[in-house]
Amino acid sequence: MHPAYSVILFTTASGAGYGLLALLGLTGASHGSASDFWFGAVSMLVALGLITAGLLSSTFHLGHPERAWRAFSQWRSSWLSREGVLAVATYVPACLFGLLWVLPGSNETLLAVLGIITAILAMVTVICTAMIYASLATIRAWRHWLVVPVYVIFSIATGAVLLFALASVFGRSGIPALGVITIVALVLAGIAKLVYWIGIDNMKPIYTMGDATGLGGDVRQWELPHTSENYIQSEMGFRVARKHARKLRMIVGACLLAALVLVWAAFGFEGDAAPVFAVLAVLLVSVAAVVERWLFFAQARHVVSLFYGEQSV
Amino acid sequence: MASEPKVDLNLKTWDEVKTTTCYMCACRCGIKVYLKDGTVKYIEGNRDHPVNKGVLCGKGSAGIMQHYSPARLTKPLLRVGPRGSGEFREIEWEEALRTATTWLSQVRSTDPKKLALFTGRDQSQALTGWWASQFGTPNFAAHGGFCSVNMAAAGLYTFGGSFWEFGEPDWDRTKYFLLFGVAEDHASNPIKTGLGKLKKNGAKIVSINPVKSGYSAIADEWVGIRPGTDGLFVGALVHQLLKAGKIDLDYLARYTNAGHLVARDPGAADDGLIARDRYGKILVLDAKSKKPVTVDKADQVALHGEVKLPGKTKRIGVPSFQFVAERYLSDEYSAEKAAVHCGIEASTIERIAGELAHAAFEQAFELDIAWTDTHGHKHDKMTGRPVSMHAMRGISAHSNGFHTCRSIHILQILLGTIDVPGGFLYKPPFPKAAPPGLKPAGKIGEVNPLKPLPGAPLGFVAGPEDLLVNEDGSPRRIDKAYSWDAPIAAHGLMHTVITNAANKDPYGIDVLFMYMANMGWNSSMNTTGIMEHLTKIDEETGDYVIPKFIYSDAYYSETVAYADLILPDTTYLERWDCISMLDRPISEPHGPADSIRRPVVEPDRDVRPFQTVMLDLGARLGLPGMVREDMTPKYPGGYADYIVNHERGPGIGPLAGFRGADGTKQGTGEVNPNQLDDYIKNGCFWKYDLPEHMRYYRMANRDYLEWAQGFGFNPNANQIMFNLYSETMQKFRQAARGHGDFVPPQVHRRRVESFFDPVPMWYAPFEEAMTDAREFPMHAITQRPMAMYHSWGSQNAWLRQILGRNWLYMERGRAKKLGMKDGDWVHVTSHHGRIKVQLKLMNGVNPDTVWTWNAIGKRSGAWNLDKNAPEAKKGFLLNHIISDLLPARGDGYRYSNSDPVTGQAAWFDLRVRVEKADGAEMSEPQFEVTKRPPGLFKAAMKIGSRALRGTRS
Amino acid sequence: MTTLPDTTKPGQKKLGLVIDLDTCVGCQACAVSCKEWNTQGYSAPLTDLEPYGPDPAGAWLNRIHGYETGEGDNARGLHFPRSCLHCETPACVTVCPTGASYKREEDGIVLVNPDTCIGCKLCSWACPYGAREYDQDDGVMKKCTLCVDRIYNENLEPEDRQPACVRACPTGARHFGDLGDENSDVSKLVKARGGFDLLPQMDYKPVNKYLPPRPRRDTAGGVKSTPLETVGKGDGSLAERVFSWIDEVLS
Repeated sequence: MHPAYSVILFTTASGAGYGLLALLGLTGASHGSASDFWFGAVSMLVALGLITAGLLSSTFHLGHPERAWRAFSQWRSSWLSREGVLAVATYVPACLFGLLWVLPGSNETLLAVLGIITAILAMVTVICTAMIYASLATIRAWRHWLVVPVYVIFSIATGAVLLFALASVFGRSGIPALGVITIVALVLAGIAKLVYWIGIDNMKPIYTMGDATGLGGDVRQWELPHTSENYIQSEMGFRVARKHARKLRMIVGACLLAALVLVWAAFGFEGDAAPVFAVLAVLLVSVAAVVERWLFFAQARHVVSLFYGEQSV
Repeated sequence: MASEPKVDLNLKTWDEVKTTTCYMCACRCGIKVYLKDGTVKYIEGNRDHPVNKGVLCGKGSAGIMQHYSPARLTKPLLRVGPRGSGEFREIEWEEALRTATTWLSQVRSTDPKKLALFTGRDQSQALTGWWASQFGTPNFAAHGGFCSVNMAAAGLYTFGGSFWEFGEPDWDRTKYFLLFGVAEDHASNPIKTGLGKLKKNGAKIVSINPVKSGYSAIADEWVGIRPGTDGLFVGALVHQLLKAGKIDLDYLARYTNAGHLVARDPGAADDGLIARDRYGKILVLDAKSKKPVTVDKADQVALHGEVKLPGKTKRIGVPSFQFVAERYLSDEYSAEKAAVHCGIEASTIERIAGELAHAAFEQAFELDIAWTDTHGHKHDKMTGRPVSMHAMRGISAHSNGFHTCRSIHILQILLGTIDVPGGFLYKPPFPKAAPPGLKPAGKIGEVNPLKPLPGAPLGFVAGPEDLLVNEDGSPRRIDKAYSWDAPIAAHGLMHTVITNAANKDPYGIDVLFMYMANMGWNSSMNTTGIMEHLTKIDEETGDYVIPKFIYSDAYYSETVAYADLILPDTTYLERWDCISMLDRPISEPHGPADSIRRPVVEPDRDVRPFQTVMLDLGARLGLPGMVREDMTPKYPGGYADYIVNHERGPGIGPLAGFRGADGTKQGTGEVNPNQLDDYIKNGCFWKYDLPEHMRYYRMANRDYLEWAQGFGFNPNANQIMFNLYSETMQKFRQAARGHGDFVPPQVHRRRVESFFDPVPMWYAPFEEAMTDAREFPMHAITQRPMAMYHSWGSQNAWLRQILGRNWLYMERGRAKKLGMKDGDWVHVTSHHGRIKVQLKLMNGVNPDTVWTWNAIGKRSGAWNLDKNAPEAKKGFLLNHIISDLLPARGDGYRYSNSDPVTGQAAWFDLRVRVEKADGAEMSEPQFEVTKRPPGLFKAAMKIGSRALRGTRS
Repeated sequence: MTTLPDTTKPGQKKLGLVIDLDTCVGCQACAVSCKEWNTQGYSAPLTDLEPYGPDPAGAWLNRIHGYETGEGDNARGLHFPRSCLHCETPACVTVCPTGASYKREEDGIVLVNPDTCIGCKLCSWACPYGAREYDQDDGVMKKCTLCVDRIYNENLEPEDRQPACVRACPTGARHFGDLGDENSDVSKLVKARGGFDLLPQMDYKPVNKYLPPRPRRDTAGGVKSTPLETVGKGDGSLAERVFSWIDEVLS
């Protein structure tokens, strides 16, 4: 599949934003009001900012962004619609939660309820995003059982690193729970992705050119319909060289690992260096997320490619 | 659930529908053009039309894009830069016509043959040929010489008809269909509809073609033959059938010259000629009395034997069938021998012969239709033999194509399948006498200043006396047609004109005038050489060797840049035309038909229809027939005026329908001033349905032949005798042996003697015979993409998306042996040159053959395409490596790369080697980018229904 | 709207195409005719970008692929027209977030409403058949409409009320009709010729059917190969033997 940058940005940015938002919600639910107004406000703004930027970026690839509101209507059948509905719905508890959380003296129960609702909605939104892809029977790599978990884990991991960095910047790098969550999320993200890659690499093809054309047996492409490339070919026919993909996978792994080390280091060094390490970790984990997402698209082969010369998928 | 959106089910995007005739290829289908405020919205096939009966091919549907192509020329142009540069200035029509008139009148008043008028894919040859003849130049032809004259000539000289326009299979009844070679470019829709019928009826389709594409892909059996060996394959089929007695003896005796006695008189002038009595009546051998008698006196005509002919000499008469049988029954045509050359299994030949026999004889049927033959014998039934064949350029474009095609016709005739139900059917005005009586004009004394020719420039020679040669035997025509180089050149040799003119062989010319033929690119062999010829300077004069070049075309083709004066033509939707019985009509087997094209939209630029311009020039030159007595133009209304009012003979005009003052006469009749309106009312065509008893056996069907005479098709109602044995050929052979008043110069004698065999023969194509098979081990040919018509399609926004470049196709196994893979760039080298192209592998191709799509490669800058268009950068032409001349003979003389009988361009004789190439991924050769002439439309950056029209830059 | 209408009720009309792979010669008539109609009809403008440039790109609703099967003499070339199959359970419809993509209840035609499509392209991802093409300039998804603006169009002659591709096809390889009616010509054709679904295992239940290439060679047309025994008598040359046979026949 063609890795469109708007979609990569959308899923990674909103994923990070929702991850951060969920963690903030849980933080509020478990620890009550934000200990520091600016920490709370900035964190909330970063979370909502990332979500909003991601959602806006998703409209860049629309042919008619001005009609985007119509996408809320088909939640009964369409995961994309559900994602849209939930994304917008999440703003309501999230904003209320954010207000209550940063303002001192809020009702703790209300805060906890709102925090949990926000966290749940954020995660469900991420699940919906993942389901947009995971529901497509035409792309087998996306039907892998780890697609939804990976989206969720990457959302949490990137959100956690962000929160860790924000905390560090605001001088709170030593929160053990946060450190543990961040490190565990990063480890899980790495493991999940590795298992996923092994999984799709070993996926046995189940559809052949013979199935697609109904001709059975040994079918070879002779002439493409047109000598000029069409939408289907450019959208669905994207191929990345195995060697290149391997390199990119290494980058994802290396970035995750480096981020983990930096988080560890920041955790250990509680000093001036901590925020620097933490911010660097954010950068690294962002690179990992973007490259991972790029590969998620680039390595996914669409069934339609059987009509365009692919022997099996 | 929300309700469904409302869809406008009665969408009406047009305000008017007009019928006319398509010109996206030579098929001439009827179309309906949907218009909105004078803009073309949609084109579909006309259901009532005899050619396409409603369907329309991809080209036809893309006509809208041709009509709005940015490659359209917009105003007359006069060259200002050097030839080939594309530097022009726009001029007014008056200046253009005055310039042309000045150039032409000078030629006409001094030496009219110094005008060479060659009109390419012209569908108005009845006009242009007549114009040339009125001008007085014999140097006229259209593109037939490089297209399929082998096919036309072999058919016309053998049975008075031919494939395509002159006849077609009885699609409804055929059970077994042999399709030879590439055929996708002509009779496009009728063949496709026919194949559909065969499939529906469960008939067997056998394709004999080195390449399995297009029609061959759906064939029930594919015979992937080696190019140029079809004649041998067909000969081997004949061998099998003769050997087993699976021939229609009755049919042979009735309709062919099988029983005609041929004089066997070695060394004498009449050796090999048909024996006649003193009154000129043909003699046959009476099987009972064993005596030579005239046909009407014979009880039983013998098909073999020997008899002393009457007269003083010791001449022996032998039935011509004996020569035919002996030829095909020789070991040379045994399945085993043929199979080796053809690259197929002997058992395949045997099986197909058996299948032909089965279909023709075991599946024969009878129709209860009574008819009367030319002898007055009444028959109460018509025997049907459901075997038919079709061949086109694949057979034609070889230097052995004439004989090969004759062999195919002989196969058809031996099986008794011509003009019988289920077989191959004539389309009126055919059959005509074999050969037709019309002779080419331009003999000694017939070409004079300010005088018209006494006849038409093109015709059919019946013997050496009809050739257009000088006393020394040298050619009188610039293209050497009807000379000893190409005696039966029924369509001329357009492909030799530029080379001959540049070499002043046989002489130089003053004005080259061409129409609608891309000779500066894909319509020429040796394209690079042709460009050099067009720009060659005459050392004596300092001017170009071809001093003036007038070119008319609707589009900015590669050739435009090489011309001096451009007369921009209209598109096919902006003009009047007639698809005339005098030229190449659209008749169907069951009756004659013709049609018109009419303007459905007005031109949006300063262009004029070529035919109207020709009539205007004719009037300015004062050509007889084009001016009245007071020298005013006879057809001031242009081509439409001519179509209605011109009479070739009394009551015979360009259109056969709606004649007579009130439009009620058909065939012949006085001028009908409202004829065009009558055509328009009838959907722009006219057709006549023959009654059932006149639909078959028309070579000897008295009622048909009398009707055809009355309709003006034939000069008499005589039986059309099939020539298994060609006396015409023998006459040339005898001349080469020194007999008669017209003998070839010594240098041509061996060639003429060898190739003018009265019985079809097979020989290896010349290029194969003259080059080293180790050096050039493979054949290279082209196939016709069905969605393209020659070069025209590449300017078409839709068609060029489908096929914007070509590859060289090679068989997978062969590629593996050569160490080549899909996508490799390779050099293809012939004895003439080298090109660089990209390889694509497939299975369905003869392993000794590489091929590509025809005419996809374009010159960078031409056709108003981007200079980096894939057509120019990845696409290619084989033409660069096809020589227009054969390798030099011992004495240095080079014949054209053509069939020795007809002069048909031997495109498919090409032999090559293929080697891997390095370097840039770009086809070679590349040429300097042609400049865009002034006035062209700016090529649109996007097209949708909102922006069809371009804007002029 | 993106929930599917119930197409299981008896008598449900299922309009679709039946494409005969045995007869299609790959002439592109259907593809171009489709382009031509739709660039001015329901699917207008069906844009072509840089049509005269180095890389022209246009939206087409019907494309003809070429495939090969078999080896050597048995190598077979096939032309394969591919367009929307108007599935009974099309994922392209259910994934649509706006309801622009829908399946008509009346006849089962799958359409995109160009006024509400946001151009998210998800439907094209959901389709295994590559049937949806994006009109870059129009910003909405385009697809075969089965010429919904022709088949009921009272401004056209009754016999012209069929999809442009079917109307144009010169070989008669394309058939249009109600595949929900088992007595329709198309249903009978499918039955007689063993029409099949593309990728049936994906379970989108395509309405359009393809007719397989028929067995080839000796079996076609009921034509057999007559054994060709040499005729005539004697041990002379072949020609002499044939002549002796002719004498026998003619005497």
